[in-house]
Amino acid sequence: MAELIQGIPIMRPYMDQDNQGYWDAIKNHKLVLQHCSKCDRFIHPPRPMCPSCRSQDTLEWKESSGKGIIYSFIMFTSPKMAYPAFELPYAVVLVEMEEGPRISANTHEIEPDELQIGLPVEATFADLPDGQTVLWFKKREA
Amino acid sequence: MAIESIKDRAAIVGIGVVDFSTDIGRTEWYTACQAIKLAAEDAGVDIDDIDGMVKSVDDGPDPTYTGKGLGIDNLLYHSENHWGTSAMMNAVHAVAGGLCNYCVYYQTAHRVSGPEKCISDFLVAREFREDSLDMVRYDFFSPFGLIGEPGYVAMMYRRYMHETGIKPQQLGSVPVVASENASKNPNAIFFDKPITIDDYLQSKLIADPIRELDCAPKVDGSIAIVITTPEKARALKQKPAIITSVASGMALEGQLYTSYTRDVITDLPEMENMAKELYRIAGIGPEDIKAAMLDDTFAPYVPMQLEALGFCSQGEGAAFIEGGDSIRVGGQLPINPDGGSIGQGRFVTTRIVEGVRQIRGTSTNQVANADTVLVASGAGGPADGMILRKE
Repeated sequence: MAELIQGIPIMRPYMDQDNQGYWDAIKNHKLVLQHCSKCDRFIHPPRPMCPSCRSQDTLEWKESSGKGIIYSFIMFTSPKMAYPAFELPYAVVLVEMEEGPRISANTHEIEPDELQIGLPVEATFADLPDGQTVLWFKKREA
Repeated sequence: MAIESIKDRAAIVGIGVVDFSTDIGRTEWYTACQAIKLAAEDAGVDIDDIDGMVKSVDDGPDPTYTGKGLGIDNLLYHSENHWGTSAMMNAVHAVAGGLCNYCVYYQTAHRVSGPEKCISDFLVAREFREDSLDMVRYDFFSPFGLIGEPGYVAMMYRRYMHETGIKPQQLGSVPVVASENASKNPNAIFFDKPITIDDYLQSKLIADPIRELDCAPKVDGSIAIVITTPEKARALKQKPAIITSVASGMALEGQLYTSYTRDVITDLPEMENMAKELYRIAGIGPEDIKAAMLDDTFAPYVPMQLEALGFCSQGEGAAFIEGGDSIRVGGQLPINPDGGSIGQGRFVTTRIVEGVRQIRGTSTNQVANADTVLVASGAGGPADGMILRKE
């Protein structure tokens, strides 16, 4: 799954001061989540303020276990409604991480008929020829 | 809680609809002026008396152009607003608050032939909106090829299927009934004749579990609505549709179409919040609504909205729509008797037009005793809506 077509770059994330830490970690093959040290709460996607205590100086990056379960998923099956860098069909999964937040990404070595809500998965990373590093999810033992 | 004094303070007195097309052959400036002229004629309001204009931010030329096109000297009120028909709220407040007398709300979008880019063409969108916060937030999806609203909705709908057990045969009632309704409406160009549930089940999966027939097609259109006070409405041509309540709704962890991080991703809390306000201001409940113009941009939003707006309990949307009889004209709650967005194309303001026609009794598919109707937009959040009633 998530077979990429040579020569067509995937879309690059737009980085800013609020989310830079997340993307820097991906580059280093680590999955980090924004965390409020005061509330002990994980927050995703990253943002400029803790939505619980409204503090702007208690936000930190904490490494995730990388483990989660598939909460929902989509199978892109039509060239009319798909990004051209991916071989069709391709899946995008929404993974509920052990820490709580849900993260979207592609899958690695999961066949379409194996995809189901509740499937245990873990993070893995790939360095693409265009210089980007991406997060994928692969199966894991429960 | 918002002020209750908005209740019954404004009325829709004119509607102007330019014929829908997939190649309208005119500029958006042209059809915006055309729709406003039609709406003023329908209302019996002199264009020189129009002193307020509001429009949807993304759709059509702004009031400096339409004002110039129509030769309007002064506008006491003008504004733009995002999301669905929420711009209409500005018009209601402007009239109710006495900021202007005859306010026009208009939506003009030539989504097929015009300048608006294809929704899946995110690269083009990025070129123009590189610095937009929307694009920054979507970057947690787009690098993975999660692009386009059908895909965004598919993620929520897969979870909704898992939680409620809704079957394709049940969801298919939405496009089937939309096609039946559209075939009665000459301005609904996408279905000359009704489709069957088998046609639906054979419809191509484009972002599995979303099928092509679950999605409202793109269309070129232009609609204008004239709003004034109920007192002024009495002197005009048409039976007014009184805006008995208007409200919008947002909710925690919201993001347009992609609110995947809230605890439950399948219950449209923006719609729930909006509906609570609508009913509270109007002093009525869902049982008083005779017809509903719901957001059917994507078919799964219909059963979800039936739950969020209180027409059935959580998880009962599938049973409600099954077979389609409850949502047909003559059923428990007729939905989008004009064919909705699935039948007419993706164009939110059609819901206001059909709401008004039902109240006037002039729909191509009239609901008997339609004295109170609900209009809803923004199922992907933020939500907005109104309740219209006969005087």
